[in-house]
Amino acid sequence: MTSNRLLQPAWRDASPKASYDVIIVGGGGHGLATAYYLAKEHGIRNVAVLERGWIGGGNAGRNTTIIRSNYLLPGNEPFYEWSMRLWEGLEQELNFNMMVSQNGIINLIHSDAQRDAYARRGNAMILNGADARLLDRAEVRERLPFLNYDDARFPIKGGLMQPRAGTARHDGVVWGYARAASALGVDIIQNCEVLDFLHADGRITGVKTTRGDILAKKTGLAVAGSTTRLTSKLGLKMPIESFVLQAFISEGLKPFMRGAFTFGAGHFYCSQTDKGELVFGGDLDGYNSYAQRGNLPVMEDVLEGGVALVPFLSRLRLLRQWAGVCDMTMDGSPIICAGPFPGFYLNAGWNYGGFKATPASGWCFAHTIARDEPHPLSKAYRLDRFRTGHLIDEKGVGAQPNLH
Amino acid sequence: MLIHCPYCGPRDSQEFTYRGDANGVRPDPSAEDAQQAFYDYVYLRNNPAGDHLEWWYHGAGCRQWLKVSRNTLTHAIAAVHAARAEDKP
Repeated sequence: MTSNRLLQPAWRDASPKASYDVIIVGGGGHGLATAYYLAKEHGIRNVAVLERGWIGGGNAGRNTTIIRSNYLLPGNEPFYEWSMRLWEGLEQELNFNMMVSQNGIINLIHSDAQRDAYARRGNAMILNGADARLLDRAEVRERLPFLNYDDARFPIKGGLMQPRAGTARHDGVVWGYARAASALGVDIIQNCEVLDFLHADGRITGVKTTRGDILAKKTGLAVAGSTTRLTSKLGLKMPIESFVLQAFISEGLKPFMRGAFTFGAGHFYCSQTDKGELVFGGDLDGYNSYAQRGNLPVMEDVLEGGVALVPFLSRLRLLRQWAGVCDMTMDGSPIICAGPFPGFYLNAGWNYGGFKATPASGWCFAHTIARDEPHPLSKAYRLDRFRTGHLIDEKGVGAQPNLH
Repeated sequence: MLIHCPYCGPRDSQEFTYRGDANGVRPDPSAEDAQQAFYDYVYLRNNPAGDHLEWWYHGAGCRQWLKVSRNTLTHAIAAVHAARAEDKP
């Protein structure tokens, strides 16, 4: 009725000042969350978030919105469970509707060996304070009656469910953090691409950008797939390769399912949005790429996997498809650490699992920047673990990032 | 994406398996700095946004290893040659 005339901008579109206490490069979920927690938890408010394009235009706007904490290994599970706890209170804390829906996720089981593996994973989750339930076939069928239970090759035998998992509105997360950070004094600066770093006596003292040089006591990087593009300016070789991951949306359907589920044999995961569309994805495009667009063979592969598991998918039309550049590490786990240069901080290597980690990533990265020491929950995510052999390889595939 | 295999001609990339960066040379394990050299070789990558030299294996064709120069932004392939003994990773 008012043609949006009464709407006010939710946050200030700032212009860069000459210097800041902290610069965060990258205006995605992780960068904005970091800025927010720096201001909120550590009282550091002279902060700028620099974004090359518009905030939330990278992987924060290119994921499948699933939030969960169903990891196995000690370095990972407590971190992701803290992220889940933050998600649970985030809308109230930021007073922003992020449409966090805890409708659960079910990882399907197709063999006895897989049931053993998921039972182990479920136990690891419970030991770390998360929730997990092993479902038998009838319990899965009750929740997801439309799956292909009696496929000759991959019959469904059960599932591992995390009831507290679910989905969140990806743009809402970005806007919520941006508004809250901006209100605390953080400058959010868009269309400001970082071209290089400023140095003095071996210390990183700021950044060169398309909008001029900006000085900072501390510079943090949260640029996901573009990490190597920036670290290469410092001559820093990273244990990262960039790959494209696609996601897909079907036409809208009446609400018929709750939560998300994953195929345990092929690579396919799916949830239904609040608008009724099915959102789903699968494997990475298998080769290094910065293209932010997907290839057709992987699209075909994902859809084949989907139809094998959910036969009625073959009757649906695909509405949209998109792709993001994932910073795949050599063990499939992320990096949050100070260094390796004074005044420089790294938040990278989120593989294709960064969205769910957004709150805890910001929480731990802010702690690392503010106190110059790792947060207890992210202390395993150090960059030098590849040198020392303390890898966190959930899938156990080794230094072959396109397989993680 | 078509890869021009020197043995088979232009073939769909689906016939190939990707092995990754072909710049690394396996270090000498008996060298003084072997530990550092292996760390670099196994874990670190240049990961360029642009031309990238990489291994592809033609599993559904001639079953030969190829060294391909491909652009990671456009996927344009500039050169393909068969792996030679001196290319051994």
